[in-house]
Amino acid sequence: MNTGTKRRRAVVDQTACVACGCCVKACPLQAIEIVRGVTARVNEEKCVGCGRCARECPASVIGIREVEA
Amino acid sequence: MKKRWYDYLWIASVLYLLLGFVNILFAWLGLLCFFIPLLISLIGGTKGYCNRYCGRGQLFGLLGGRFGLSRKKDIPGWMKSKAFRYGFLVFFFAMFFLMLWNTYLVFAGARDLREVVTLLWTFRLAWNWAYHGTLFHPGVAQFAFGFYSVMLTSTILGLVTMVLFKPRSWCVYCPMGTMTQLICKMKDPTRP
Ligand code: SF4
Ligand code: SF4
Ligand code: SF4
Repeated sequence: MNTGTKRRRAVVDQTACVACGCCVKACPLQAIEIVRGVTARVNEEKCVGCGRCARECPASVIGIREVEA
Repeated sequence: MKKRWYDYLWIASVLYLLLGFVNILFAWLGLLCFFIPLLISLIGGTKGYCNRYCGRGQLFGLLGGRFGLSRKKDIPGWMKSKAFRYGFLVFFFAMFFLMLWNTYLVFAGARDLREVVTLLWTFRLAWNWAYHGTLFHPGVAQFAFGFYSVMLTSTILGLVTMVLFKPRSWCVYCPMGTMTQLICKMKDPTRP
């Protein structure tokens, strides 16, 4: 359902992610995980866009974007 | 989040570095940080070592985060480029094999044991105070000096980039991290 409201979400640049897992440790909601040692993936349902993972990411490859809710 | 036993492995990393000042032969223990990540990625297909058990990463996170010894700036683009990461991996391994070759020469009796720790592949520090003779061949000690050099060098590089950039910047170009990710990529069944 498109309510027209916007929500903030973490978005990972997966080609540049080094799969270190620092973001996983930083997320208070377990909304980000490492998939098969290749890259991080955000769970769209759980993520609230708080940005903690982005601050922690040593490669700075996480952005916080506004998306349609 | 609740702390698990493996969240304290940074203590093991600190101990390892300290033990190298007491008796260089402890450096052999460092092989664990070499084989465990490789086995986890080869068998499990994950970066479980980086994600959970690596004490070195935790140590940088702690010093740069909790202790505030980091500017927390973005790492420069070139340092996270594939060219630099893979290039550093190749360089690191070339140096590693050179170290193994030097160890071999000592084993073969073609060269005497050098009681030095080489920092940043350049600076030789006398380290004889951490060597008290060995029951084994001097080559065993030579490997220990060489391996400890690798570990201390990477710790220093990691500390420098921790201060300059984000706490765990080392993890962006850490050869073990790059290599385990590469193995995982090759093993990934959904690989495009
Ligand atoms: S912290 Fe950054 S580089 Fe590391 S796994 Fe998460 S998104 Fe990837
Ligand atoms: S933005 Fe916040 S909630 Fe979303 S993945 Fe990052 S740390 Fe977790
Ligand atoms: S990238 Fe290197 S230092 Fe970082 S967690 Fe992995 S093995 Fe440890």
